[in-house]
Amino acid sequence: MSAIIQVDRVSKSFGGVRANIDISLTVEEGGITGLIGPNGSGKTTLFNSIVGYHPIDGGSIKFRDLEISKMLVPEIARLGLLRTFQQTRIYGKMDCVQNMLISLPHRKAKFLEMFRRYSSEEHERAEALLDFVGLYEKRYLQSGDLSFGQQKLLEFAMALMNQPSVLLLDEPTAGINPTLINGLIDRLKRANSDFGITLLVIEHNMRVIMNMADHVYCLAHGELLASGSPDEVQNDQSVIDAYLGAH
Amino acid sequence: MNLSKPALYIVLLVVIVAAPFLLPAYKTQLATLWLMIIVAMTWDMTGGQMGYNSLGNIFFYGTGMYVAAVITIGMVYDVGDYTNAAGGGIYAFTETQYFTGLVLGCIGAGLFCALSAILIGWPTFGLRGPYFAIGTLGMAIAAGELVSNWEWVGAGQGISMPNYPGDFETFKLLIYFIFAGVGVVLFIFLKWLYTTRFRSAINAIREDEDKAEAMGLRTLTYKLLTWSMAAFFVGIAGGISAFQLIHFEPLETAYQTINLGIFMVVCVLLGGKGTLWGPIIGAVLFHVVKEVTWNYFLGWQWVALGAIIIVTVVYFQDGLMGWLKHKRPEWFGIRVEKKDQIVTEPAE
Ligand SMILES: Nc1ncnc2c1ncn2[C@@H]1O[C@H](COP(=O)(O)OP(=O)(O)OP(=O)(O)O)[C@@H](O)[C@H]1O
Ligand SMILES: [Mg+2]
Repeated sequence: MSAIIQVDRVSKSFGGVRANIDISLTVEEGGITGLIGPNGSGKTTLFNSIVGYHPIDGGSIKFRDLEISKMLVPEIARLGLLRTFQQTRIYGKMDCVQNMLISLPHRKAKFLEMFRRYSSEEHERAEALLDFVGLYEKRYLQSGDLSFGQQKLLEFAMALMNQPSVLLLDEPTAGINPTLINGLIDRLKRANSDFGITLLVIEHNMRVIMNMADHVYCLAHGELLASGSPDEVQNDQSVIDAYLGAH
Repeated sequence: MNLSKPALYIVLLVVIVAAPFLLPAYKTQLATLWLMIIVAMTWDMTGGQMGYNSLGNIFFYGTGMYVAAVITIGMVYDVGDYTNAAGGGIYAFTETQYFTGLVLGCIGAGLFCALSAILIGWPTFGLRGPYFAIGTLGMAIAAGELVSNWEWVGAGQGISMPNYPGDFETFKLLIYFIFAGVGVVLFIFLKWLYTTRFRSAINAIREDEDKAEAMGLRTLTYKLLTWSMAAFFVGIAGGISAFQLIHFEPLETAYQTINLGIFMVVCVLLGGKGTLWGPIIGAVLFHVVKEVTWNYFLGWQWVALGAIIIVTVVYFQDGLMGWLKHKRPEWFGIRVEKKDQIVTEPAE
């Protein structure tokens, strides 16, 4: 395995708030990497830095040896590095199928492609992926009318439609009915194994992380606190203290 | 429903062709109606479909007028000399010169405006929401002021266009049919455009631009192209108006921010944003109401218009089409949650 994302001593402050301090981590190609930490520890900020949402104060971010820390959000997305949002974002006035179709990759899109209709294969793929996340029955409903959890699933399906090589998921199981979480874990794993998508997952649910991740990083107060296998990190005393101290 | 559609279009086409003959006294008003339809439909491309409320589209109308005038005059005379003489008799145009100017002037106006939309859109599309609206409005006002101080194009006096080489009724008929032709082409163009992925993209920008960017959409390209296509048609409409009005001046006619510049927005709000037919229905309604109040309630026309705007904005925010969509979603292919009997999952 080789590193597909390399974050090297990245810092980011918002005014006086130091959200990320000298953070270094690597995401191995083909794997599932977990990112945990108490509320406000800087996880989402790190995601935003990686996908180019804001300029970083210092450090370097490489995607397959390409420095991306100065690139813009859509450019990075077109490289195949995609993120989902903690506050789910979908196109509320469009139905699920339309949400899926507009998520097709824009990587190789030529100028005239903009003026084509969607092909029936593309429609089929959209429906197949909606089926994959369990939203097939709802496919013609306006997505804004879906429940929060369903919107989360839709956003995940949209990300798959985009065929990224790396997917950064910001709390994919938040708001999902606990009885459905096992199903979701299974789908995330299949996205990884069947579709070959490398995952970097922010999660508060330890059971999810323990079940999926092959490597875990833990942030606290903007700094990298610990890293290792899920077991190592879960039993790390500083991690336990950070979580207890946060409450 | 599907069978009656071609029939509907044939009826409409007959009405469009017959209208100026059935209502010969209203040829000019009917031509103006087409102008309203064109500016409303194009305004909706950015305002309704893409969520960028421009208050500066009137810039393309005014600029289209001037470009058409400069091309028409410039092909025959020196523009500076011509405007200096303020159209004094020595400057005659032959029939060929007039019609060449009409065709090339209007096309040139469209192309020039399409290009300027890209140049102006580059900085302004960085603005969002009300900032974009005010930014584009500021641009239109500034352009009007600049042009009204520009001697070469007649400054505040404006420009007089050549006279139509024929009788006046034929001229009015010709102007009507040019406007109607452009309007129909625009309708067909948008009807097609709104079936392509281009529409999905600009709708996505309207729904959540940050999300669209995060999914890799080339948002700036879409925004510039949309505005540019709109500007093309508005520019042509401006060019036709220049010929129709014969004389026009910068602030009251060309860059008329508070009249046509606002009317086009009102038309779209009345009819319903983000729909193909909304702007057309809105333009017809608005134009009829406006003509009636202008003719029968003179002195109160602005009050009446203000009242319409208030009622629309307060009670019918989504316009007529939006209200219909809410009442009869199935007419628009929108499905609402109900026990889906028809949809059964195919066994795989
Ligand atoms: N745009 C911003 N402007 C100012 N401060 C910010 C901004 N974004 C994040 N912060 C601050 O940075 C710190 C880290 O926030 P971040 O959202 O990265 O935490 P998180 O680990 O994702 O937390 P959670 O688990 O609650 O989602 C917080 O103190 C937050 O208030
Ligand atoms: Mg977060």
